[in-house]
Amino acid sequence: MTSGHSALELVLSADPALLAIVELSLLVSLSAVALAAMIGVPFGALIALTRFPGREAIIVILNALMGLPPVVVGLAVYLLLSRSGPLGEFGLLFTPGAMVVAQTILVAPIIAALSRQTIEDLWEEYRDELAAMNVGPTRRVATLIWDARFSLLTALLAGFGRAAAEVGAIIIVGGNIEGFTRTMTTAIALETSKGDLPLAVGLGIVLIAIVIVINALAWGMRRAGERYAG
Amino acid sequence: MMTMRAPLSDLPVMLQDVRMASGKVTILDSVSLTISPGAPTVLIGPNGSGKTTLLRVLMGLLTPTSGRVTWGGRENAPPERRAIVFQRPVMLRRSAEANVRYALGRDDPARIAELLALVGLSGLERRSARRLSGGEQQRLALARALARDPELLLLDEPAASLDPAATKAIEDTVRAVAARGVKVMMSTHDLGQAKRLAGDVVLLHRGRVIETGAASGFFANPRTDAARKFIAGELLV
Repeated sequence: MTSGHSALELVLSADPALLAIVELSLLVSLSAVALAAMIGVPFGALIALTRFPGREAIIVILNALMGLPPVVVGLAVYLLLSRSGPLGEFGLLFTPGAMVVAQTILVAPIIAALSRQTIEDLWEEYRDELAAMNVGPTRRVATLIWDARFSLLTALLAGFGRAAAEVGAIIIVGGNIEGFTRTMTTAIALETSKGDLPLAVGLGIVLIAIVIVINALAWGMRRAGERYAG
Repeated sequence: MMTMRAPLSDLPVMLQDVRMASGKVTILDSVSLTISPGAPTVLIGPNGSGKTTLLRVLMGLLTPTSGRVTWGGRENAPPERRAIVFQRPVMLRRSAEANVRYALGRDDPARIAELLALVGLSGLERRSARRLSGGEQQRLALARALARDPELLLLDEPAASLDPAATKAIEDTVRAVAARGVKVMMSTHDLGQAKRLAGDVVLLHRGRVIETGAASGFFANPRTDAARKFIAGELLV
């Protein structure tokens, strides 16, 4: 790829280097969202459906963590995974695995906080009906998560948006190594600093297009689901 | 040797000197009632008289501030053989048949079809429950309640704000259910509906039971001034 190519030509020619970057970016961000969903949705449900001392404080902290600065998370994960850190023996630093860990930490609070709010609102609505149907705690949680699935999808999208857009954390823990840990956002940052604007703009176009397509798919799924389930 | 046990009965429901308060506001005051098997019992009274609270206490959803409630002689009996339809029932975000299946707790297409037919919702099985009309949602809530095979069915103003056709559909279902031996206890503002459906009447005013008895006697010869005024359409304040 040279700086002479236009951004559009790069995108339309399906440049192999560009495709590899896109593929890695999607793999890292989608893996992080999946992991964060496995942690965040049950945790959000737990906070929504239980009452205990300090619950309000946890909700405030959870909401505040939605704004975690990526570079701070990147630094914390770097210290954890570095050779002399507590998890250094796993050799994850400067690998896609480390990037997934960092993005999971960034995304999990967003999914947990939005899930908590969604499930708590639905619980307020369903409380009497489920109590009248003598529904036990396990079935209650499953019902609320299932019936809130379209709203929870929005929480996952918010998480994906955060993961796909961030650069601060993954550039620290991934190292932006060409062909190995270079993603769309880190490549845009690098190519811009090098002055290769066509590649940076090309990647920017792809990144925005992917976010739009994924949101459109989710929107379509939500509309179709609501038509059937309400 | 193992023996088969008959399912525990929730009837009669007995309330003894039940008081329900929220802060300094008394909602139910010294209510003593016995709900026995038989024709529907209709709970009447002006707004704020405590009808909804009383139904929720009977369902076991609210614990009285003082007094005692027993279901078939048992206290703290979970709602296994009783069901309630709230004044504004909440539809689960599923299809009509999935709402009934949920209440039934198992996938039994024949029983689901039977229940939907009983409330006149055949043909709307696949429709999103939240997209049904108000009257249809009330009837679906009734089907959901009946799916739990209750011996006591509590209905909180089941026909409030429904048009005459939807009201008739609800009343027909109530009659059919009562004819199958289910004890129905329902609240209503509509004296005509009370006359059409009630075997017994309970008049509540300001959280107290003012008068109770057979519907025929209540409407023909009310014993209290408050009952006479209420039947005459005067305002009870």
